[in-house]
Amino acid sequence: MELSGAKILIESLKQEGVEYVFGVNGGAAMPIFDALYDHPDVKLIMMRHEQGASHAADGYARATGKVGVTLATSGPGATNLVTGIATAYMDSIPMVAITGQVFTHLMGNDAFQECDVIGVTRPVCKHSYLIKSGDEVADVIAEAFHIASTGRPGPVVVDFAKDAQIHESLFRYPEKVNIRSYKPKVEGHPRQIAKAVELIHNAERPILYAGGGVTLADGSEELRELAIKTGIPITVTLMGLGAFPETHPLAMEMPGMHGSCCANYAFTDSDLVVAIGARFDDRVTGDLTKFAPNAKKIHIDIDASCIGKNVPVDVPIVGDAKRVLAEMNKLVHRVDIEPWMRQINEWKEQYPFEYDQKGDNIMPQYVIEQIYDLYSDAIVVGDVGQHQMWAAQYFKFTEPRQWLNSGGLGTMGFSLPAAIGAQLGCPDKTVVNINGDGSYIMTIQELVPAITMKLPLKIFIINNMYLGMVRQWQELFHQKRYAGVDYHDNPDFAQLADAFGATGIRVERIEDVRPALEKAKGIDDGPVVIDFIVDEEENVFPMVPAGAGLGDVIRGLA
Amino acid sequence: MMTEERHIFSVLVENRFGVLARIAGLFSGRGFNIDSLNVAETDDPDVSHMTIVTHGDAQIIEQIYKHLNKLIDVIKVTDLTVENHVEREIVLIKVYAEPQRRGEILQIVEIFRAHTVDVGPDSLIIEVTGDEGKLKAVVDLLHPYGIQELARTGKIAIMRGAPK
Repeated sequence: MELSGAKILIESLKQEGVEYVFGVNGGAAMPIFDALYDHPDVKLIMMRHEQGASHAADGYARATGKVGVTLATSGPGATNLVTGIATAYMDSIPMVAITGQVFTHLMGNDAFQECDVIGVTRPVCKHSYLIKSGDEVADVIAEAFHIASTGRPGPVVVDFAKDAQIHESLFRYPEKVNIRSYKPKVEGHPRQIAKAVELIHNAERPILYAGGGVTLADGSEELRELAIKTGIPITVTLMGLGAFPETHPLAMEMPGMHGSCCANYAFTDSDLVVAIGARFDDRVTGDLTKFAPNAKKIHIDIDASCIGKNVPVDVPIVGDAKRVLAEMNKLVHRVDIEPWMRQINEWKEQYPFEYDQKGDNIMPQYVIEQIYDLYSDAIVVGDVGQHQMWAAQYFKFTEPRQWLNSGGLGTMGFSLPAAIGAQLGCPDKTVVNINGDGSYIMTIQELVPAITMKLPLKIFIINNMYLGMVRQWQELFHQKRYAGVDYHDNPDFAQLADAFGATGIRVERIEDVRPALEKAKGIDDGPVVIDFIVDEEENVFPMVPAGAGLGDVIRGLA
Repeated sequence: MMTEERHIFSVLVENRFGVLARIAGLFSGRGFNIDSLNVAETDDPDVSHMTIVTHGDAQIIEQIYKHLNKLIDVIKVTDLTVENHVEREIVLIKVYAEPQRRGEILQIVEIFRAHTVDVGPDSLIIEVTGDEGKLKAVVDLLHPYGIQELARTGKIAIMRGAPK
């Protein structure tokens, strides 16, 4: 049967098992929206801004492990997607971003709403396609989903000319994708694995250092087995939180700039670092010359270009984290590192995450502790800034895909739309959005679809009336010159939520924190927004200042 | 401090729209340099061959190799610097050649087994094929006569013998 390119696209999405397309309509994408109009299986989620649409698709992908799909029109629609595509790219999130493009005969002519989307997105996506004819659609979509979801996952951009959307051709979906130039290496080399195991067995002060790659590979079970079988302490990065339960005695919690002292000291004193699906990011390592100076490094990563990029590696293993860990687990045994464990436990006891109560102010950390107490099973979607670090520190994540945040690009405004995607992907879970006042207002318009769909999101704003993380740096490194961070002109977020049609609650006193959180639990016919007015100048500690070594962590201000 | 080395990469790519931009973007986005880049179809019209000459320390060269491999449209990458290979480059030189000096120039052409491919009233176009050293020698010798224009292909290179 001959179908239009747009209809072939939707049939192809159905073949890929796509439930939701997060999009915003526009001229050059109209045939696609038209094809979605009465399609029973692929549901259109109408977001209010293309950036929101891309983050929603991203949040869906992070929560479910499936490929998220976002759709926008040409020109400004497509450029608005770019932040979301870059966000997904930095965190290796499987996504297919479809953009309408002007008619092929107009391309390159500065046509209305024309933009070279392939050119603009090239450095921030895994791959991209331009569809200029309807008969290419099925093959391109099959390849796009294959590339987005295999190897090191990432966003794939499909730019779709309007005449190709209209043009009719025969629909035949490829049964198998075979790209001769793309064969990700998933099995780790057995000799390298044996070498790694030998190092593990001979180390005196080993640590495991796991990142988001473990979650992406669904390797959390295997990671747990490795840690527990060997008895080696483990630190999990911001992107990997939950891959190993933070409540476990071997857990040292997050490393890096605002990580636990224990994890940072352990890196510094270790003689073996086993990195699994982590990429030695600058926020984790601090000054590279002082990073784990006495440790041999084993690095397991699906992306060969990640290995040896920042830190010289003794045993590189290119492969899928789940498979490599499974192979290692067959070979490892318990290691005798009793003195090292004593040291680790001493650090843990001596330097837990802690804060001082200031007068009657609501301390942001207290709010997180209360959220954790009441919503410990929830999916938590964090935004970017101080609240993100406090959430990472004080909420104890125990499951993979329980903590979603923009760790790599650090995109403010990510969390509300991502929470929408997560809630749609996991309808039986409670989804908590921990947001900042600065980040919340960047994508506040996405409250509308959440309300329309009656999604029971718990939106908790840690409101300190500042771009708090920047203010903290200004306090510490710029003589308190608070340039461009004062948000005291914030609107009343509770009233604003009411005006949107959600439930808004403003909390200004400590004793109201818990009752408000409890009340929010009972609201399930739509989003609830709680605006927590917290201490304005609380800082995130511990802190490794930019450029310092992990051993030089500041535990707090004297 | 690691020392900088020149490397020649032979890269087979899908002959598709946008591939060159992806490769160029890989270099520009990371601040790596391309000394020369040559690209053309192979005997298979679906496949293009690129020869990329670049330089950097060992870590940068390793990154370039890995990132080239990571591009979806790249079929095969070989670092020819570490292999036994043949490299060639063509340069076209338009040099001032008044009738009374033409003889000297043609002698140089002959000695280097270069070719004269065009003769004008007071200029010659000379084509030279060879490795870097030979091209440099010819250009240096012709320089005193006055070079009007010069164009080079950039290196092309392939491995010797049968592939492993």
